[in-house]
Amino acid sequence: MLDFIQQLVSGIALGCVYGLIALGFVLIYKATEVVNFAQGDLMMLGGFFVFTFIGLMGLDYWLGFLFAVCAMAVFGMATERILIRPILGYPQFSIVMATIGLGYFLRSVAGMIWGTDDLKIETPFSTGVLKLGDLVIAHDKLSVIVATVILCAVLYAFFNYTRMGTAMRATSENMLAAYYMGIPVKRVVSLIWAISAAVAATAGVLLAPITFIHSNVGLALGLKAFPAAVLGGFGSIPGALIGGLIIGVIETLAGFYLPQGWKDVAPYVVLLIVLLVRPHGLFGPSMRKKV
Amino acid sequence: MRFVFKTDYDQDIRLLKHSGYWWSYGVLLAALIAFPYLVGSYLQSQIVFVFIYAIVGVALIILTGFTGQASLGHAAFLAIGAYTAGFLQSQGISFIVYFPAAAIITGAVGAMVGFPALRLSGIYLVIATIAFAFIVEEILARWESVTHGNEGMRVRTLDFLGQPVPRDGDAFYFLCLLVLVGSILLALNLLRSPTGRAFIAIRDSETAAKSMGIDLAGYKVKSFAISAALTGMAGVLFAHKMSFISPEMFTLLLSIEFIMVIIIGGAFGVHGAVLGAIFIVMVDPFLTALKDDVPVLGASLASSLGMSSEGSGKLRDTMSAIGSAAGLKGAIYGLIIMMFILFEPYGLYGRWLKVKLFFQLFPLYKKATFKRQKTYVKSERNR
Amino acid sequence: MSFFTVDSISLQFGGLKAVDKVSFSVEKGEIFTIIGPNGAGKTSIFNLISRLYDPTSGKLFFEGRDITEVPAHQIAKLGIARTFQNIELFENATMLANLLVGRHCHATTQLWQEILFLPSVRRAEKEHRRKVEEVIEFLDLQAYREKLIAGLPYGVRKVVEVARALCSEPKLILLDEPSSGLNVEETDDMSFWIRDIRTELGVTVLMVEHDMTLVNRVSDRVLALNYGKVLASGTPAEVQAHPDVIAAYLGA
Repeated sequence: MLDFIQQLVSGIALGCVYGLIALGFVLIYKATEVVNFAQGDLMMLGGFFVFTFIGLMGLDYWLGFLFAVCAMAVFGMATERILIRPILGYPQFSIVMATIGLGYFLRSVAGMIWGTDDLKIETPFSTGVLKLGDLVIAHDKLSVIVATVILCAVLYAFFNYTRMGTAMRATSENMLAAYYMGIPVKRVVSLIWAISAAVAATAGVLLAPITFIHSNVGLALGLKAFPAAVLGGFGSIPGALIGGLIIGVIETLAGFYLPQGWKDVAPYVVLLIVLLVRPHGLFGPSMRKKV
Repeated sequence: MRFVFKTDYDQDIRLLKHSGYWWSYGVLLAALIAFPYLVGSYLQSQIVFVFIYAIVGVALIILTGFTGQASLGHAAFLAIGAYTAGFLQSQGISFIVYFPAAAIITGAVGAMVGFPALRLSGIYLVIATIAFAFIVEEILARWESVTHGNEGMRVRTLDFLGQPVPRDGDAFYFLCLLVLVGSILLALNLLRSPTGRAFIAIRDSETAAKSMGIDLAGYKVKSFAISAALTGMAGVLFAHKMSFISPEMFTLLLSIEFIMVIIIGGAFGVHGAVLGAIFIVMVDPFLTALKDDVPVLGASLASSLGMSSEGSGKLRDTMSAIGSAAGLKGAIYGLIIMMFILFEPYGLYGRWLKVKLFFQLFPLYKKATFKRQKTYVKSERNR
Repeated sequence: MSFFTVDSISLQFGGLKAVDKVSFSVEKGEIFTIIGPNGAGKTSIFNLISRLYDPTSGKLFFEGRDITEVPAHQIAKLGIARTFQNIELFENATMLANLLVGRHCHATTQLWQEILFLPSVRRAEKEHRRKVEEVIEFLDLQAYREKLIAGLPYGVRKVVEVARALCSEPKLILLDEPSSGLNVEETDDMSFWIRDIRTELGVTVLMVEHDMTLVNRVSDRVLALNYGKVLASGTPAEVQAHPDVIAAYLGA
């Protein structure tokens, strides 16, 4: 029984990691209906930034964290300006491919700049564990869980209760109409990319002690976080978190209880089954075309 | 400028619409037949890969370009075709049997993927095909009695009715050419008959297609099955060409490469598959050249322009360091995808049409003819 | 039994009754128009007839046959074709291809025959093309055969949609606001065509329309709806004089 709970907890921690990356997917989709396949790679880049600031330049952890997040926000804006804005309105698949291309590019450039070794940074969460009875949770995992929950809550509130959040939702419904209603669409889109990249950077920094920093880490995690976002119903912030948790828990439990090989496949099997029953994920709105 | 007078409906149905077509395609075919006798074995081998990629490209154009169903799982179909061939061959079954068998099995799997696709669209379909590909990859790695797992599987030389067809030989080249021409004809035939039009109708408006009497479920499954079957055939050729197959050859990256084929070539016409395949396959030789030849060339150019030998030596080293940097291929792939989507959304075939039109209309060509209308994002939730 | 009968059909979206026990019947060779304010449930009735929606209750009969359970893609084959309010053409195909899709319900060739493009397929194709050319002739669309729909002006697209519906050789054609977005001259043309469709091609017309001039000019009978319920039915003049209809349009 303790085994099970311990596995469940580490599944939840892993799920929060996926949820955190999935959150980035969902944000951009929610505001612009663009699916950013390079989200994992933005996270990877965030990790490398924080490595540069802390590991190479010797800054304080929190300062480096802040710098990395800001730098990524700027990077996100630049990406939107250069790559996404010219192709907004293209078929969705074209945009998906463009972001896949971006991911390729970032991965290999990061590999060229920072090398292909696993990099590591020292963080306040690297050591130490929280003990609850017999249950053990490492601080680094705890930090991920806490950060994910807080970010989800904050962004959910932002989308639903602030003027900017409403503007973003309007933009995603109909860009032209939003523009005519006086919403600065370009600024909204650029802002959402900045936020999303900042969230990715946060994920990258928090994951640095757990997964190490490597140019392929983004692809590997992104490919798990993406099903998480889909499972939750693309475009739902709580959905991203719950989808992430489901994927994380299933993966961990399958790795522990099922024969070898199931660990990586089980999340996808579950995803396919869910999509068969609910084609738009667990919390996605059902769509019907009006004629 | 040519003006074709139409006096018969047959003229619109015919594939070779006028004498110009006979000439250009005749010359192309003659060139392709003469090729193995003209070029070295390295280039010939590359062209065989072009053929294989082009077959997959045609398959993807049927599915994505015509029917509008995205797939990032075609590497899995290629794998199923390749492994079927490898396994059946090792059981002593003849090529005549296992080639169609691979097509049928892959087609059946494709139809099975098509069923869930009925209810999925857009991004949900993309992720479902990715999930499918992952599951196939894992099965290949685990089903050791058939696939030999991660160790991989040797594929013996193709044996055509007792006649060995070595993978570097001319006969293999012609076999691949034949399959490619066959799949192109298949795609073109579909396009001029009710099924192909039904695919296009589904792509452009599912509601209207339904009201026009098109059974969405049936045609989506058909499209998946045809596309998968063609990819399966390409898989058989791929297995023989590589002579060794293992699960890690058929990853998501390969599926992305296949999508690149149609993005680069242009997904709206079958020409795109071939042009895109040429481009993708030629990236590798280009990279090799970047590593070996370009630095030397650059250095000698620099020294002939009066640079000191020390300086040009340094230049050569820097250039070859960039050329051989790990992961350069990834960066170039990424750049190619982004550049094409940004600047050449209709692909190479689109560019070709523009150039052709420019000369046909010279000097009256207007740049705006192909200008994209500014479109605004509307929610797909209401679509 | 009438040619086409809608028998107390209802459609409910959650708590909203979009169509509430509507009954009417259309006789062969008639031009029957459904009018009503926005949101009255007119298009919903069309979507029910073309089986895009499943009715909550009620039945549909066409030529004496119950079609309430027939899947949407078989409706065309029975002889019911339709157009759409917001134009649902196949944007990235030529007009000719669009019209040939209209022939789809008459396709007889099998997939394997088409892959090989056997002579039978070629014959069938030529036959389809001949029928399509008749419609092109009928609606004066000769100039647009090879043009992509995406590049055609709105008024032409509206006609192309009618043409596509006619290509399926329907017995009953459903026109959803054929004149919306057309200018006066185009509306005029449309009204002539609608009458020609009935008299020359012998196709029964069921349409939804807002333009009362057009309605008066072509309709034999009119049905007025509001909030999913039938207000009145009869000749155009009768319906327009009906107090409930006046109240619905002018506000009581």
